[in-house]
Amino acid sequence: MTVLAALIRRDIRIAVRVGGGALIGVLFFLTVVVLMPFAVGPDLALLTRLGPAILWLGALLASLLTLDRLFMADHEDGSLDLIVMSRTPLELACATKALAHWIAAGLPLIGATPVLGLLLNLDTRSTAAVALTLLAGTPALTFTGMIGAALAVTLHRGGLLLAVLVLPLSIPVLIFGVAASQAAIAGQSFGAPFSILCAVSLVSFVIGPFAAAACLRHGLD
Amino acid sequence: MTLIDLANPSKFLSLTARVLPWLAAATAIVLAIGLYQSAAAPDDYQQGATVKIMFIHVPNAWLSMLVWGVMSLAALGTLVWRHPLADVAAKAAAPIGAAFTFLALVTGALWGRPMWGTYWEWDARLTSVLILFLMYLGLIALWRAVEDPSRAARAGAVLTLVGAINLPIIKFSVDWWNTLHQPASVMRLGGPTLDRAFLVPLLVMAAAFSLLFVTLLLAAMRNEILRRRLRSLQMMQARAFSSEVDTGSHEGNAPKPKFGAA
Repeated sequence: MTVLAALIRRDIRIAVRVGGGALIGVLFFLTVVVLMPFAVGPDLALLTRLGPAILWLGALLASLLTLDRLFMADHEDGSLDLIVMSRTPLELACATKALAHWIAAGLPLIGATPVLGLLLNLDTRSTAAVALTLLAGTPALTFTGMIGAALAVTLHRGGLLLAVLVLPLSIPVLIFGVAASQAAIAGQSFGAPFSILCAVSLVSFVIGPFAAAACLRHGLD
Repeated sequence: MTLIDLANPSKFLSLTARVLPWLAAATAIVLAIGLYQSAAAPDDYQQGATVKIMFIHVPNAWLSMLVWGVMSLAALGTLVWRHPLADVAAKAAAPIGAAFTFLALVTGALWGRPMWGTYWEWDARLTSVLILFLMYLGLIALWRAVEDPSRAARAGAVLTLVGAINLPIIKFSVDWWNTLHQPASVMRLGGPTLDRAFLVPLLVMAAAFSLLFVTLLLAAMRNEILRRRLRSLQMMQARAFSSEVDTGSHEGNAPKPKFGAA
């Protein structure tokens, strides 16, 4: 346990340090959301209607942006080899790294949501709904994205390939995240889509670490 | 003759060399029967002659999913049993599956134009087939991004298995999403009960397309094996050449060319 706690502390510390890139995600999120009114026009009613979708899309892209550093930085300085060789199960180490990445890069996105909700003319209830669904859904994005990050590091190709591989896998999260937010805003049944969103997150906790560990174990040599 | 005996690529090549002509002939015959029966099938009372697109469209759609299943089995073969031909099969199957999926989409669009009045509808089935197509393309991109085949094979195998788990989830979520947005806007062909006049040609065509898939897969696997042999021969030749250059002219500071993916 202490090993995993140390791993979390280390990853978070690196992420918030200069050159870590945790805050770049938030900045990107802000920029994407600010760009939207220029594309669809400054119509506040329309922005209110599209708000949850815009926030979700922004969060999806922002979490994807920082994902390729998840294993790549450790691979470059050699610490990934130590993690693979250590006695801690690699699956647990992968899950821990993803958790640390989510705390460093995912939580700030949720923190920024109320501010961005103001820009999109969302009321308190809608903003709270979007923030809650993001809280339940972004871990799934990180944990499925981790598979892509592990593939990218074993193939020495990051960036674009990762986006192409991961985006189709994130469709269920997007569907149920936006559906749950819309349902909460419209006052429809919020429970069904939200519980499925949580279920998708839980499934990704199981699949993600095992697939990523399999990639790393077979791919690094 | 078990699966393990085929692990030797030379045995596989000699076996497929004998089998392939027969398979190709069988495919041609069954396809000819299927096409004749499709052409002879009666017109639908509602859809007219356009219903005949179904005989091409539906087998393509079935095959698009079947090929991913075959690739998943091959991925298990790569990761669990380390069968040397499994990754060859997975690599060869991906473009074939993508082609079947693409044809299913195109014929669906051509069928949709006269029936629904639009080429594309964000219907649940269409959407999930489109996502399947995107995943095929991602997998092909993965295969093409890496030079070393064995490294690409293991990465592709993991992605294939993750896709096999995810595709039902995506299918389910797209169904859910679709019913939420626009309930039952799409006209469906008279339910699950299909008339015998349509069912028999459809099944024959499905058999023909399955045979076509097996034929194409075996042929593509042969090509892939030969391509890999060629690649290793070229690398051996280049290595021999470079060592010759190194010993011939004593330019010790010239950087040695590096072979294979680092």
